[in-house]
Amino acid sequence: MSKMHVKLNLNGREVEDLAEPRTLLIHFLRENLNVTGPHIGCETSHCGACTVDMNGKSVKSCTIFVAQSNGADVTTVEGLANPDGSPGVLQEMFREHHGLQCGFCTPGMITRAHRFLQECPNPTEEEVRFGMAGNLCRCTGYQNIVKAVMAAADQINSQKEAVT
Amino acid sequence: MIPSGFEYHRPENVSSAVEILKKHGDDARVIAGGHSLVPLMKLRMAEMAHLVDLQEIAELRRISFNRDNVVIGAMTTQAEIVSNGQLSSLIPILRETALLISDPQVRNMGTMGGNVAHGDPGNDMPAVMQCLDAGYTLSGPDGTRTVKARDFYESAYFTVRSDDEILTGITIPMPVMSGYAYEKQKRKIGDYAIAAAAVLIGDGKASVAFTNLSDTPVWSASASRALASGSIEQCVDCAMDAIEPQSDIRGPAEFKKHVAKVVLRRAIHKAMERTK
Repeated sequence: MSKMHVKLNLNGREVEDLAEPRTLLIHFLRENLNVTGPHIGCETSHCGACTVDMNGKSVKSCTIFVAQSNGADVTTVEGLANPDGSPGVLQEMFREHHGLQCGFCTPGMITRAHRFLQECPNPTEEEVRFGMAGNLCRCTGYQNIVKAVMAAADQINSQKEAVT
Repeated sequence: MIPSGFEYHRPENVSSAVEILKKHGDDARVIAGGHSLVPLMKLRMAEMAHLVDLQEIAELRRISFNRDNVVIGAMTTQAEIVSNGQLSSLIPILRETALLISDPQVRNMGTMGGNVAHGDPGNDMPAVMQCLDAGYTLSGPDGTRTVKARDFYESAYFTVRSDDEILTGITIPMPVMSGYAYEKQKRKIGDYAIAAAAVLIGDGKASVAFTNLSDTPVWSASASRALASGSIEQCVDCAMDAIEPQSDIRGPAEFKKHVAKVVLRRAIHKAMERTK
């Protein structure tokens, strides 16, 4: 099968490469572009380790052909650090609240939480659990992940208040 | 998990999409959100030489509200069903059902058209569409036809849609009965139903349908009549005659029949409480 030109706006930067249409977006990110934040966990759209943001929505990049994503805006965990390279609010709160142990699910968790907090800026604990239900963690038992997301919501909201 | 290769098409309107299907016959398939098809392709249970992506066809993303019906474009995602306030107030059973489908990421990709056209008996929307007596619009080389959801499903993954037709929209007749419920028992978030029941009640009418309790969705005329006449026990008996669950990883057939009764009774009570 012949390759196609794939263009993405990845973490604010135009990128381009050749790939077969059947290439999964996660493989394109990791193998063509060396963007290894998003992980391959189950590869069956259950675990959410491969979660990226595509055109403003959380998606599982193991279940999207790169051809489908051609022309899209994609954000991975690499795009969520502060401009100076220090950890962003969510990353900091995951560290602070022990929202990770082995860390394998964390890039997907943080990328999903980033979008979730834009969809739902003042979540209840139940809303966090429902909103993060597409991401599995086999270490933490989720308690500290939920705490980290709630704490990040507070931080982001108080920063917003400080600005206004 | 690498699927076999294909040539990728992204047409900008329905007629060009139909043209590609006509040209390549059963070597071509359409892809909507892909969250049923891509997993099957990765397992090589589905292979095709041509994949026709419908994402660029704006007319398939529209939801139109008319006096006698609501028409939902096939490419409307489950997430859009959840967030559409007007749709949720007119046909609340759609939002209730969409929220029980998989998880947020999958609902962002999964579409209404894909969910009902795929023919997987585990998909939730087909039973709801049968309950609502919806019609599916199919566009093919010879024009457009409408098939009722109740006549659409033949067996698992087999429907009356032919290879060169695209399911473009779902028409739901209005008004919808005011009492509604979709009750789904599942092992965990992201799973298909062990058993699920859709119930609508109102104005002396009722409608009852089931997910994943046969090789197609099941709408039961006799269970619906019994419920309309006020007999819950007779409704449950008729429903048990209508379903044919198979033993699988979600449990033995007898267990599924038990769960079917439980979800049906729950749905009936919830729908009755909600009747305006």
